[in-house]
Amino acid sequence: MPETLSFYALAGLAVVASALVIGQRNPMYSVMMLIASFAGLAGLYILLDAPFVAMAQIIIYAGAIMVLFLFVVMLLNAPQEDGADWDRTHPLRRPGVARVGALLATLLVVQLAWALNAATGLSAGVGERTDAATVSSIRALGRMLFNDHGFAFEATSILILVAMVGAVVLARREGES
Amino acid sequence: MIPLSHYLIVSVLLFAIGSAGVFLRRNLITILLSVEIMLNAVNLSFVAFGRAAGDLNGQIITFFVMTVAAAEAAVGLALVIALFRHRESLNPDAFTSLKW
Amino acid sequence: MLALIPLLPFVGFLVNSTLGRRLPKSVSGGLASLAMVLSFLVAASSVWQLVGMNPAERAVEQTLYTWIASGDFTVDVAFRLDPLSAVMLLVITGIGSLIHIYSTAYMHDEGDSEFARYFSYLNLFAAFMLVLVLGASFPVMFVGWEGVGLCSYLLIGFWFKKKSAADAGKKAFVVNRIGDYAFILGMLALFARFGTLDFQTIAARVGAMPVETGFGIISIATLLLFVGATGKSAQIPLYTWLPDAMEGPTPVSALIHAATMVTAGVYMIGRNAVLFSHAPETMGIVAVIGAATALMAGTIGLVQNDIKRVLAYSTVSQLGLMFLAMGVGAFGAGIFHLYTHAFFKALLFLGSGAVIHALHGEQDIRNMGGLRKFLPVTYWTFVIGSLALAGFPGLAGFFSKDEVLFETFAHGHTLLWVMGALTSLLTATYMGRLVFLTFWGERRSASAKATVDKHDAPGHSAHDAHGHSGHGDTHGAPHDAPPAMAFVLVVLAIGSVLAGYIGVPHALGGHNQLATWLAPSFAAPAVAGGEVAEAAEGAGGAEAGGEEALELTLMAVSSGIAIAGIAVACFIWVMRRELAASMATSFAPIHRLLLNKYYVDEIYDASVVHPLSAVSREGLWKVVDIGLIDGAVNGVASIVDGSAAALRRLQTGSVRTYASSIFVGVVLVLGYYLWR
Repeated sequence: MPETLSFYALAGLAVVASALVIGQRNPMYSVMMLIASFAGLAGLYILLDAPFVAMAQIIIYAGAIMVLFLFVVMLLNAPQEDGADWDRTHPLRRPGVARVGALLATLLVVQLAWALNAATGLSAGVGERTDAATVSSIRALGRMLFNDHGFAFEATSILILVAMVGAVVLARREGES
Repeated sequence: MIPLSHYLIVSVLLFAIGSAGVFLRRNLITILLSVEIMLNAVNLSFVAFGRAAGDLNGQIITFFVMTVAAAEAAVGLALVIALFRHRESLNPDAFTSLKW
Repeated sequence: MLALIPLLPFVGFLVNSTLGRRLPKSVSGGLASLAMVLSFLVAASSVWQLVGMNPAERAVEQTLYTWIASGDFTVDVAFRLDPLSAVMLLVITGIGSLIHIYSTAYMHDEGDSEFARYFSYLNLFAAFMLVLVLGASFPVMFVGWEGVGLCSYLLIGFWFKKKSAADAGKKAFVVNRIGDYAFILGMLALFARFGTLDFQTIAARVGAMPVETGFGIISIATLLLFVGATGKSAQIPLYTWLPDAMEGPTPVSALIHAATMVTAGVYMIGRNAVLFSHAPETMGIVAVIGAATALMAGTIGLVQNDIKRVLAYSTVSQLGLMFLAMGVGAFGAGIFHLYTHAFFKALLFLGSGAVIHALHGEQDIRNMGGLRKFLPVTYWTFVIGSLALAGFPGLAGFFSKDEVLFETFAHGHTLLWVMGALTSLLTATYMGRLVFLTFWGERRSASAKATVDKHDAPGHSAHDAHGHSGHGDTHGAPHDAPPAMAFVLVVLAIGSVLAGYIGVPHALGGHNQLATWLAPSFAAPAVAGGEVAEAAEGAGGAEAGGEEALELTLMAVSSGIAIAGIAVACFIWVMRRELAASMATSFAPIHRLLLNKYYVDEIYDASVVHPLSAVSREGLWKVVDIGLIDGAVNGVASIVDGSAAALRRLQTGSVRTYASSIFVGVVLVLGYYLWR
């Protein structure tokens, strides 16, 4: 019972916050809402007996990535959505566009729901088959990560290095060394 | 015990919201945020499936997804900064030089 | 050794075509003539070798190499000398050499490179003609056949800067080509039937077959071959090129269009005597066309005013008689007439060349006259030639023409004999006219006409103006032929008298050696000796006692015709000149019809040339080439262009549009998988 309650609460937080992210005008508020959504997701991960992922979510996503976003927003002093005059008369601003977008999104939801309906074995409880201990053991996780996925691990580190260099190069002001 | 389908429905909803955001918002940063939402939705479904199958691989994938998302966010934001310096605008419709 | 015979003139061609420009005229001309004379000597010695052999197996063969080897079908480059080709060989090399010598004087006014070019073509022609008669199979003969057609084109259009000459060359080549097309079809038909194209093999196989009744494959094949012959030998319907061919230099007319090339068709039938005699339908057609052509050409020749054109139509007419002989089965007689005709026709052409040369380019006989005082050698040789052509008793033409007519009558073709006899009458008459108008009476030129460039026959002014303009002899009397030319004229005149004596028929006490000599060539090979005389030949063997009386009677009739014709000509054109003019006006429509050659050229033009050219221009060019092909190519280009123009509008430059298209794609793909 408490499990179900916490699930609905956390799920609701995640979804509502995400909806608000895309609904806000001010990007600063969007970032804040997204942090809230991540918190909800972290909770869901704990419910799924994945504490490591939950912590990683908070630390990496909410802690690092969102802070980066915040920095950029503040640096750019991002203006409001309604900008120059030409923007108001741009063809993509016509209401039709928004309606098509909404339609497509709804279509996607419908399709995915249909897919879910058609699939079997989903009504079983999430933790029925295995014991929580096997899934949430960090030791086991670490072992698997470094043994089976060693190559991907190293590659990812190179990827991060490249991204870092790239970001520095891209964001450089012209004329600086 | 919460059925798997519930988690999947949440994941679907988040994904849909994320895609709508990419399409509808006229601010580059908000578009990037929507992409992050989509990535998270996918993460959730991976972990849920992993738990249901008793497989740790679901979580490992999430690990990698997060790392890549971080890298992508860094580079993407660097691009946004460079673009902003050019046009003084964060509206994607302002950057249409590559048209026919 | 046989290969040497065509090779010598070919070498002459190579030398003259490459180096000739830089050689002085005496060298290039002398070289060419020497090549021909040497070829003649080699030919003579080969023939001598043949004479010493046993008549039943009189043949010398030489195979050079295998040309085509395709499955069962092989064609070798092989030459074969037998009695028939021996006769042809001697005519070509002998008369050819004489004409080469004549040309050195006649063409003297040309520039060095033109002179050399002329002789290179002439040698090339001789080489090809020799290949034609020596060839042992159809393909080799056809190489020569085509080659002489090419040389004819080159030589007719020798003065190519003159439009009429260039046109005449083209006309000759194109009309010949039509004949050649039929010839090829004939060869294919023979190949289909016999699987080989070798003369001996075909003759052997046909000899073993019964004579064909009705219109079978052999008749069709031989008919197609004959159509090819009508093109090459200027018979109905493909004769129209020969009168125009008079645009070429006169020695060319003598060699190609009198003595050798135009006889190729006759030779071809003689070579395939066994084949043709197994196709009576075709033989009948050959005879009828021969007789009809002879008569028609004779009527046209009667009213022509250009000296060379009269001779040209006379050639067509005499060729008709040769084909008549071949068609009734008298192969020996046809070849006999070919041989004698070569002498006196070449003589006549060369004589007319001397006249033209003396008058500095004048060719219209209405502007001539009284030349016998000034050109004695030319005059007397010309008279001998004309008498021989007319069939005056005792001269070469008498014997050969008489044999043709006798054989025709003896084989029962009375109507054809009548046509032949009428042709002889016409021949005698127009030759008389020619002699009387050209050499007798008073000179008609400078006094009566302001310019001498008036001709009746529309558009065909055939001057072989070698550097001189065509006026009358304003500077002194015309001079007779220079030594080189005179020599040749005399030799040919002697030949015109004596050449016939190898064919004197038994009826007059002779042994008709020519017929006996030629007989083995017309017999089917690989057949027992007893059938030699019977196979396809009517000379010599058909003369039993009663026949002799018939022959003598016909001989008397022919002589009478010849003399009568000359008398008529004398009457009209010597004694009562005004009669000719008044006849022309009172029979004006007929006169016009004859003068315009029965309008055949115009008919061909309207019925064949214009429709074809219209189809080509309107149909094939505008519709197919421009419309379809260009349209397809341009269409592809414009499709690419159009679709590219349409597709590039996808590049809106707007990131959101791209994102939305991705989104749409996702929805669609997902939907597709769900549907399945």
